[in-house]
Amino acid sequence: MTHYLLAVHGPAERNEFGNYGSRQEMEEAFAATGAFNDTLRADGYWVFAGGLEPASTATVVDGQGETPVVTDGPYLETKESLGGFWVIDAPDLDVALKIAAEGSKACRGKVEVRPFEGLG
Amino acid sequence: MPDAMAALETAFREEYGRVVASLVRRFGDMDIAEDAANDALVVALERWPTSGMPPNPGGWLTTTATNRAIDRIRREGHRDAKHQAALMMYDGTPREPTGPVEDDRLRLIFTCCHPALSPEARLALTLRLLGGLTVAEIARAFLVPESTMAQRITRAKKKIAAARVPYRVPEAADLPARLDAVLAVLYLVFNEGYLATGDRDPIRAELTGEAIRLTRILHRLLPKEPEVAGLLGLQLLTEARRRARVRNGELVPLGEQDRSDWDRALVAEGRDLVRWCLAINRPGRYQVLAALNAVHTDAARAQDTDWSQVVSLYDLLVRLDPSPIVALNRAVAVAELDGPDLALALVDGLPLTGYHAWHATRADLLRRLGRTAEAALAYEAAIAATANTAERAYLRRRRADLA
Repeated sequence: MTHYLLAVHGPAERNEFGNYGSRQEMEEAFAATGAFNDTLRADGYWVFAGGLEPASTATVVDGQGETPVVTDGPYLETKESLGGFWVIDAPDLDVALKIAAEGSKACRGKVEVRPFEGLG
Repeated sequence: MPDAMAALETAFREEYGRVVASLVRRFGDMDIAEDAANDALVVALERWPTSGMPPNPGGWLTTTATNRAIDRIRREGHRDAKHQAALMMYDGTPREPTGPVEDDRLRLIFTCCHPALSPEARLALTLRLLGGLTVAEIARAFLVPESTMAQRITRAKKKIAAARVPYRVPEAADLPARLDAVLAVLYLVFNEGYLATGDRDPIRAELTGEAIRLTRILHRLLPKEPEVAGLLGLQLLTEARRRARVRNGELVPLGEQDRSDWDRALVAEGRDLVRWCLAINRPGRYQVLAALNAVHTDAARAQDTDWSQVVSLYDLLVRLDPSPIVALNRAVAVAELDGPDLALALVDGLPLTGYHAWHATRADLLRRLGRTAEAALAYEAAIAATANTAERAYLRRRRADLA
């Protein structure tokens, strides 16, 4: 089995309904994503998942020097940023891609699938 | 012994995909499989010229390559669980080159043409691992530097290993979409040979030949898939006309070809495939393209062509593949059936101003309508849009004939 990161990117600036067009759309996407998460757990693919606060809440820490340097903001200033992700455990890429397609439909966004190094 | 060497090379190229595919299954590693296959070739180069070719070269190559792979794994000490299991499975009995080994090649085709790989990488991997072409040959075929092609192949192999692209034939539900990707690769290889994009050889018989060889393998492995039969039929009916397509360095259009120069055996084989597809009645893009070519090869003379059947096949093709290029080819047939003015109206509406065939088609229609000045401009534009020497020569003559 291999661990895969399923990353969902979206606009760094969010409106009051997250990245969605309306309250109803947002609520539908949350409900669909919740149901998708339940399926992941039931099928044994689930490792971890979560949605992230906007990139503007990020802080960068550089601890390589003598005293850590703390900077406000995300590591990369981009129009789109990581909005949420799943970590799944799947036997191969075909299974991971199928799961990613279902996740993409549920959360209504594109999903980037990336294998973890050397876990499996 | 040049004969023995040529025979060895042929045997090796024929067997390469089979050997690599069986070793990939066994060792789960494309690099080990390729290195071992090449080791086996070196041994064959030493032995075969003096001891003669073994009765079953494919089996011999697979056994030798398997032994070499095991030696390499032991020597280089990458003894992870997967490779150890592969060593333990080894029982030393020679493998038969038929049966389940055939399925290995099918697995390998689907892995090489996986949709998670870039289209360029799919093409390169298929030609490298199944076709046995060298990296230099593939680089030359697609006009990129050898280092670029080597990097493309290395990167794709790394992705296959790291992301665990599976080594198996897709399930029935996924097969049509996955098969499309495989057919697209084989069609692209064929087309590059049929009308080369570069300014060197206008027709690349080694590429059309390789595409046909790989499509034949796919057809043997999936004999009930109509689109595979369709693509093979299309390739054979097109290849049948190869000798007649260039004369004195100039491309000869279908209507002006010497039909006695067509390869009748290939025409017959292609036509049989088209007939089989019609009987199955599950039309697809490649089958319709094959049927279109069969209509042309059925006509003893150009003026005997059944243009109404050609147009109705294009109508079907437009529904399956609504691309402007299909619409352009349909317009060419419409010109024969309903006249060049109607065809020109269709052509002018297509968003293909960067495509050499669009300009060439317009030029021909304008010429037939007597609109000489416009035709000359269209010929110029067509010449500027293609690097193929035979096509340029043909277009130049046509433009000169206008005066």
